[in-house]
Amino acid sequence: MKKNDFLAVLAITIVTSLFIYGCGGGNSQASSTDTAKSANTSAPANSAAEDAKGTGKFTDVKLTHPLDQSMVKQGSAVYDVKCNACHKLTSDKLVGPGWKGVTDRRKPEWIMNFVTNTDAMLEKDTAAKSMVETCMVRMPNQHLSDDDARHVLEFMRNNDGKN
Amino acid sequence: MNKFLITLGSLAVIATTQSCKMKNADSVVSGDAAAKVYVAPGKYDEFYNFVSGGFSGNVTVYGLPSGRLLKTIPVFSVFPENGYGYSEETKPMLNTSNGPVAWDDQHHLELSQTDGKQDGRWIFANANNTPRVARIDLTTFRTAEIIQIPNSAGNHSSPFATENTEYVVAGTRFSVPLGDADVPISSFKKNFRSTASFIKVDKATGNMNIAFQIVLPGMNLDLSHAGKGPSHDWFFFSCYNTEQAYTMLEVNASQKDKDFIVAVNWKKAEEYANSGKGHKMPASYAHNTYDETAHTAKSVIEKDVLVLDPKDCPDMVYMIPCPKSPHGADVDPTGEYIVGSGKLAALIPVFSFEKITKAIQDKQFEGNFYGIPVIKYEAALHGEVKKPGLGPLHTEFDGRGNAYTSMFLSSEVVKWRLSDLQVLDRAPTYYSVGHLMIPGGDTKSPTGKYLVAYNKITKDRYLPTGPELCQSAQLYDISGDKMQLLLDFPTAGEPHYGQACPADLIKDKQVKFYDINKNKNEFLTLGEKKANVIRKGNRVDVYMTAIRSHLVPDNIEGVYVGDDVYFHVTNLEQDWDIPHGFAVKNSSSVDLLIMPGETQTVKFTAQKQGIYPFYCTDFCSALHQEMSGYMRVSPKGSNVPLKFGTNVIAPDPTAVAATK
Repeated sequence: MKKNDFLAVLAITIVTSLFIYGCGGGNSQASSTDTAKSANTSAPANSAAEDAKGTGKFTDVKLTHPLDQSMVKQGSAVYDVKCNACHKLTSDKLVGPGWKGVTDRRKPEWIMNFVTNTDAMLEKDTAAKSMVETCMVRMPNQHLSDDDARHVLEFMRNNDGKN
Repeated sequence: MNKFLITLGSLAVIATTQSCKMKNADSVVSGDAAAKVYVAPGKYDEFYNFVSGGFSGNVTVYGLPSGRLLKTIPVFSVFPENGYGYSEETKPMLNTSNGPVAWDDQHHLELSQTDGKQDGRWIFANANNTPRVARIDLTTFRTAEIIQIPNSAGNHSSPFATENTEYVVAGTRFSVPLGDADVPISSFKKNFRSTASFIKVDKATGNMNIAFQIVLPGMNLDLSHAGKGPSHDWFFFSCYNTEQAYTMLEVNASQKDKDFIVAVNWKKAEEYANSGKGHKMPASYAHNTYDETAHTAKSVIEKDVLVLDPKDCPDMVYMIPCPKSPHGADVDPTGEYIVGSGKLAALIPVFSFEKITKAIQDKQFEGNFYGIPVIKYEAALHGEVKKPGLGPLHTEFDGRGNAYTSMFLSSEVVKWRLSDLQVLDRAPTYYSVGHLMIPGGDTKSPTGKYLVAYNKITKDRYLPTGPELCQSAQLYDISGDKMQLLLDFPTAGEPHYGQACPADLIKDKQVKFYDINKNKNEFLTLGEKKANVIRKGNRVDVYMTAIRSHLVPDNIEGVYVGDDVYFHVTNLEQDWDIPHGFAVKNSSSVDLLIMPGETQTVKFTAQKQGIYPFYCTDFCSALHQEMSGYMRVSPKGSNVPLKFGTNVIAPDPTAVAATK
C-alpha cells in the first residue's frame, strides 16, 4: 500500500467512525432500515407454526360448523366490491391467485391477517412476499374491517365446499 | 498531497462534529440559515403555509421552513392536474350567474377561527374578478363551497373573518350600480355604490350564505380585518378613491390628503338585519357546493339579497380619516390597535379602539361622508410611525408587542413597536414586497417564529426564464431582536396574502380515502360485476371500475359518431395514495384523477370513426402500462351492436383458417 493510499483509507475510516459514533444516538434512522432489519432477524426466531398464521392481530380464529350462512352472504358482498377484480372463485389466477382451495393452503389466521394487515404481511411474511414475485402486483390494502375479514373467510370456506 | 488529505480529514471531523451538534436546540438557534430551513428527507415541515395564487386563481400549499411545494388546491380555476372543472362532477363548482368562469384572480386567504385562534377546519379564499368566496375543507384540501357576491365588482377586501368565523366578508374594490342598472359611467357619484357583504358561516357545517350587504358610497374598498377581544363587534375596511374618480384613477383617485378606514359594527348590523331594517332586493348569484359522499357538486342560483342602508341604521358605520389611499387595515392581537397603511404616505397611522369608542361617545366628528359620521383623525389616533420607509402596504404581528410592515417602494420589512411606535429593525426584500405573513399573525395568538414576505418582482434572483419570471417568497427568522433572512423560494402564480398554521392543527385529520360503501354518486359502479354500458338515444353511459391494474369494461363497441359518451369511473381501491387516472384519445376534456373510493365522470363526444384507446394516467403499479382498453367508434347509422367486457377473448378467425 502506498503511503497516500494509506492516508486516504485512514481519513475515510476516521470520517466514517466519527459519523457512526458522533451521530449514532440521533433520531434519523430510516424506517426502511428498521423494516429490513426486523425482516432479517425475525425470520429465524419465528417458528414455522407462527409463520403459517402470518403477521397481525389474529392468532386464534374459531371456526363454526356448520358454516354461518349469514356470514357467507356478507362475505360474498365484500368479495363483489373489494376482491373479485383480481381473484376468481376457481383455481385460475387472474391478477391474484384463484380462491379455490385457499382454505386448504392457508390457515384461517393467515387469511384474516393478510386481508387486514396487508402491507405488513407483504413486507414480512415469507409466503406473501413470494406471491408478490409471482403476481408482480402488491395486493392492494382494501381496508377490510375485522368483521369483513371474518365474513370473507366464511365465504372462502363455502367456496371450498367446507361445512 | 499528504498534507491535503490530513486537512481533508480534519475538515470532515469538524463538519461531522458540527452537524451532529445541530440536533440540540442551542446550536440551532445560533446556527446558520441553511440549517434552520433544512428539513431532512422523510421529515415533516413545522407549518402548513397556504398561499394565494393571484392570477392563477388557485391556492398553493408550502411547508415551512423548507419552502417545499406540497400541493395546489384548485379553487377558482380549472386544474388539468386532477380534472377540477373538467369532470362532470366538478364543473358546477365554477358556475356563476353568467355561466361557467374557468379562471379567476385569487388574492386573500383566511383560516377559520374559534375565539380568535386558528381552528384548522377551513380556509376561505376570495375571487377578485368575478366576485366569489370559497371555503376549502382542510380534511381533504378540496374546495367544498363557492358563493358568488351580487352588487359587487373586484372582491378585494375579502375573505377576512370574525373571531369565531361568525362571518366572512366581501367588499367591492370597484363600485358598481346596484342591481346591474344601465347608467352612464359619468353618473358614478349618483349611481355607483360600494358594498360590504357579510357571509354567515354555519358553525357545524361551514355552509355559507349572504346574511346582509351594507351599501356604502361609491368608492373603492380595499382591505379589511375583523376586530378582536374588545373590538370583537367591529370590522375595519380601508378605502381609497373617496374622490369618486371613474377614469385615470392613478391621478384622480390620489388627490385627497386622506381617505378612510370604514369601521362597521357588524353586531349592530346583524341586529338591524334581524329586526327588519333591511330590504330584500332581487339579485342573481351562484351558490355551489361539493358533496363529499355523492362526489358531486351542484350549483344553485340564488334570487335575492338583504341590503342594509346606513341611513336607516344609526351607529352601524363610522369613517376614520386615514392618510393617502390606505391599503392594509390590520388589527393587532389585543384588538386595541388598527394599523392603516397609506401606500402614498410617509408614515403609518395607528388607531386606538379605545379612543375610537370614546370619540363616538363624545361625538367628536369632523363632518360626514354621504351621511356617515367622520370621526376626527386626532380623536381616533394612537400615534404615527414616523419615517418607516416608502410605500407601506401590510402589517402582521408577532404577539410580543411588535408589528411588521411591508414597504413596497423601498423593498423592505420594517419592524416596529406598537406601544411607542419606534422602528426597531429593517430587513431588505428582493424585491417589491406585497403582503407579509406570520403564522397566526392576524389572529389573537401569533406564532412569532417566522415571517414570510411575498415579493412581486424577482428580476435577477433566479435562473432567468424568458420574459415571464416567477414571484417569490422570503422566509425570515423573527424569533430574535433582529430579523434574519433564511431562505427565498419561487412561488406559483402571484401570491398576495397567505396564512400558516402549525402542522399539528391539520395533519392528523386528513381523509386518506373514501369508503366505497358510502359512495352515493349517481353513477357509482359498486364492484366489477356492476360494470355496464347503457345507451339512451345518443347518450352512452359507461359504468367503469378501476383497480390495479385493469379497467372494466376495457373493450367497448357499438358507439357511433355523434354519441355523447359519459365514462363514469369508480376507483375500487381502498388505500391511501392510490388514485387512478383516466384519459381517452382525442377527448377534449382529458383527463380524470380519481381518488380511492370515488367516482368521477368525463364526457367524450365521438367526432370521428376509429379505435380510441383509453388508459390510466397515474402510474399506479408495476403493471400500470397494461391498464388500458379500446373503444370502437363506428360511423353514424351503422349496425355494430353494443358490446363490452374485460378479458373476453374471441376466437381468432385467422387461426381457425390456418388449421383448416
